[in-house]
Amino acid sequence: MKKLLIILLLAVVGYFLTVSMSNIKFGANRMGDLSQPKTVGAFYLSKTPGELSVANVITAIVVNYRGFDTLGEVSVLFLAATGLGSILYKKKKKGEHIPTVNKPSSALLQAGSKLIFPAILVLGAYVFIHGHLTPGGGFQGGAIIATGFLLMMMSYKDFTMNHSVITWVESLAGITFASIGLIGLIVDHSFLENFLPIGYINDLISGGIIPLIYVAVGFKVAAELSGVLDTLLSIKEK
Amino acid sequence: MLFYTIVLIILAIILLGVAIYAVVQKDLLYAVIATGVISLILSVFFFILQAPDVALTEAAIGIALTTIIFIITIRNTSRMEDEMPLDHEPNSESDNQVETK
Amino acid sequence: MDTIDYYQIMSIGVYGSAIGLILIGLYAVLMKKHLTKIVIGLSIIDAGINLLFIAIGYISNGTAPIYSSQGIDLVKTGTPMVDPVPQALVLTAIVIGFGVTAVALSLVIRLYRHHNTARIDQIKSLKW
Repeated sequence: MKKLLIILLLAVVGYFLTVSMSNIKFGANRMGDLSQPKTVGAFYLSKTPGELSVANVITAIVVNYRGFDTLGEVSVLFLAATGLGSILYKKKKKGEHIPTVNKPSSALLQAGSKLIFPAILVLGAYVFIHGHLTPGGGFQGGAIIATGFLLMMMSYKDFTMNHSVITWVESLAGITFASIGLIGLIVDHSFLENFLPIGYINDLISGGIIPLIYVAVGFKVAAELSGVLDTLLSIKEK
Repeated sequence: MLFYTIVLIILAIILLGVAIYAVVQKDLLYAVIATGVISLILSVFFFILQAPDVALTEAAIGIALTTIIFIITIRNTSRMEDEMPLDHEPNSESDNQVETK
Repeated sequence: MDTIDYYQIMSIGVYGSAIGLILIGLYAVLMKKHLTKIVIGLSIIDAGINLLFIAIGYISNGTAPIYSSQGIDLVKTGTPMVDPVPQALVLTAIVIGFGVTAVALSLVIRLYRHHNTARIDQIKSLKW
């Protein structure tokens, strides 16, 4: 009976989704003329090279036009990491070290991950430093760096993340983000307003505050995701 | 264009098949790996649909990090979906009570 | 040779897989009893909705919204760029989805520790 009801519900949801999507033609240009922008997407596309001289329009939207949302987003990630730690809290004895993996990995995996780990860090740093020129940015670079730490945690039994270092990096990155926004508020009467010279498009140093904010977001996301993984991996077994 | 269309149709069929497999599989470890495969195919979809930023995010977060936190959860809970009911009572001693000191 | 409308075929593929993912995930959330399976269903729904957003923002023959050094003139003529707004939204949604999944899974671990089971039909007591 329950199964019949659920299949009926799925059929209704699927029918209405299909009907509504059939009215939205795939590949139709809904943005309109870029020279006289009427939609918000066309506005962002036409204004970004002149106003911000940032090559990647998505970076311009995420960091500058909707920068306040990004501040909220990193706050949500921070809250997720904190909530995870408090839900899974278990009192440790003093000086007790909980290994992240139960059995030590093979020598091949250990040597290989030691070799790959710096390369992953460099790739992540490249992705978030060049976030305004190429695809990528703070979130992607931070996730890549967290993957590198994950590799080390999985292959070495006694690899520990220093929690005070994670906290300091995260706090300093958050303070940098917020204070850049506040400087913009003081100088140009709007939060996260661009107060630095924008430079030329496709230069590494261009776009004013956008690369600075994305580097801060990269450090913050890397610290938060590494903290989440470290918390989950060092759960005390029963 | 023809190439992209063929790739996309083949990947769509694989995507739906893997999603159904992830739902019906009783062994949760296989199901989690199947969700990782869903993320991988979605990453290719985003690239074909001209969204390289989203493809990079999905590749980094969806494939690596989400899969690993699911695997850690399975390590700490049960692996099979239809586990036998345990006959002993839930114990509050092993629960993580905050000790007041 | 008559021209085949490739975008028609692509639209069936993309919209079909997005709606299919949403329905499959919804089925898992409603029907399955194991908590980890329910979270897997939630993440499948998440993936389907992200794909739907990106598919709505796509424009035929469009390029990625990244300017090259000569790309300033493309505002006036040349190939169109796809809509950047859904991409920025989905970028946010994926990262938030990871946070949601992490918190949900930590709740699953916590429930398992207390009740010794992760199946919702075997959790008898309401108090924890």
